[in-house]
Amino acid sequence: VTLLDDQRTDAGFFPRMVDEDTERHRFRVHRSAMTSPPVYAAELEQVFGHSWLYVGHESEIPHPGDYVRRPVGGRPVFLVRGAKSGEVHVFHNTCTHRGALVCRTDRGNAKTFQCFYHAWTFDTDGRLVGVPDRDGYGDGLDFSSLGLVAPPRVENYRGFIFLSYDPDIADLPTYLAGAKEYLDLVIDGASGSVEIIRGTHEYGMEANWKLLVENSIDGYHAVPVHTTYFQYLAALGTDISAGVTGFGRDLGNGHAVVEGDAPWGRPIASWEPSFGEAASQVIEQIRADLVARHGEQQARRMANTSRNLLIYPNLIINDIMAVTVRTFMPTAADRTEITAWELAPRDELPLLRERRLDNFLTFLGPGGFATPDDIEAMESCQAGFTSGGVEWNDISRGMARLPQVNDEAQMRAFWRRWSEQVEPAPARSGGSR
Amino acid sequence: MTLSAPGSVQAPLIDGLEAVSRPVVEDLLYLEAELLDAWNLDGWLQLYTEDARYVIPATDTPEGDPDRDLVLVDDDRMRMTSRVERLNSRRAHREYPHSNTRHLVTNVRPGTPGAGVLPVTAGFAVFRFRNGRGTYYVGRYDYRLAVVDGRLLIRHKRVELDLTALRPAYDVAIIL
Repeated sequence: VTLLDDQRTDAGFFPRMVDEDTERHRFRVHRSAMTSPPVYAAELEQVFGHSWLYVGHESEIPHPGDYVRRPVGGRPVFLVRGAKSGEVHVFHNTCTHRGALVCRTDRGNAKTFQCFYHAWTFDTDGRLVGVPDRDGYGDGLDFSSLGLVAPPRVENYRGFIFLSYDPDIADLPTYLAGAKEYLDLVIDGASGSVEIIRGTHEYGMEANWKLLVENSIDGYHAVPVHTTYFQYLAALGTDISAGVTGFGRDLGNGHAVVEGDAPWGRPIASWEPSFGEAASQVIEQIRADLVARHGEQQARRMANTSRNLLIYPNLIINDIMAVTVRTFMPTAADRTEITAWELAPRDELPLLRERRLDNFLTFLGPGGFATPDDIEAMESCQAGFTSGGVEWNDISRGMARLPQVNDEAQMRAFWRRWSEQVEPAPARSGGSR
Repeated sequence: MTLSAPGSVQAPLIDGLEAVSRPVVEDLLYLEAELLDAWNLDGWLQLYTEDARYVIPATDTPEGDPDRDLVLVDDDRMRMTSRVERLNSRRAHREYPHSNTRHLVTNVRPGTPGAGVLPVTAGFAVFRFRNGRGTYYVGRYDYRLAVVDGRLLIRHKRVELDLTALRPAYDVAIIL
């Protein structure tokens, strides 16, 4: 046991929170991982300080000068397209003078960002272009070094913009590992060019953020929790008798996916009765295009299978009855802020866009027929943890077979990486990280 | 009138949209609020026309168009019915057991009737209490009322939230 472990035990949580025993087919996670304030504090630095985090999609800022602001990894930043350069930038949202936020509205278009405190002004490429009463400063002060500051690493993968606060992290494609193929599948399945639809779901829950990681890629809960949604589908005339079948996969670096045949219709490109006859022909055409471009097998995968993709640590892309891009961040061990968008093919036909929006809302989002019940389940777990008596969560399902969509292999992939980041492995004890 | 019995719910009788006064509109909106607070959702549905639509835009786009933008709720009559069936079942886990709610409707301002509908705006506050926890929703109702078989019914209800994000209220599993 290292000194660090000793300190942590004193701080009130178990020295090893992720416990895997392959011989006994047992994988368990200590509940302090979800309840302990010191674990939460460690995660802010060791997980969110050393991962690639989703910032936004370049379609959110199509024109020069367009910007959106939002917290990433709990820190306020903003995403802006340079008015002159056209380049996509991410900046820390803080004035280099005395600290005030320089971007104070959620979105818009700007030529400059002027700090309202002392009126220092920055252009959309981050340069400091205005300082009132400049005569008050000596000649030696280098104003060119006082531009807005970008996070250490910013990269764009096919329109998805990520940042990392770790200057030494691997490049984004390497980090994405096996998740890259799935991101490609979502983008290529949507005709290769995608956009975020206007309108954001910004909701919350009183539960640990990792419960949402698990829930977002959990096939096992679908039938018991979402009965009312499946009843709704059945009422619409959709045949759901086959249920959700498929498999779970560890994609490396903590990323994971569950993929399977979808009992629901998918606007790309699997028709269901509720879409209406008019949409049927259009969807057939889209499907024919997918087959022409990607071959029958891959087209079938794009059109008829669903996938719930986790990009470690806190990005979910669920390509199910529609595509949701969801990120979330803890504000305490038992409190999570969730932000979700809808992703769609760029310039989609209005008829299909309406079907897609419709399909999204029935299941997804804080006003849908499913998401509120997921929140209830996660808050219920968080409340259950405080009862004590039971120290461990069991995540063993599927350890003795090829992992199915309703197994827990994908969660184990997450937890192993989380464990590497948050709790030093015995073999590495004493090493710096 | 018993609020818990759906069969007894009746929207106000009127001669025509031109004859509708503010108190009549208020009667309808207050009845709706009472039915929701009494969890008489089948009765609530009876206040709506067959071609009704119930919409809640996202908190960052209160002007959002449900045909083009992502919103929080976009129900036609069929989905309103499914929503009610869901909430009446014991399997809408977020609302089983139900929250105690109080829908407060105020600043009711009927507009000028046209194209067969009477536009009405109102302010609202909805309080939701469950498991010792309280949340609230505040905003503006945008109604379009219509006369069907001599009764004043709701054809369209749009709920624009003043909340800048839904986070403090968690979700909108209840009907606003």
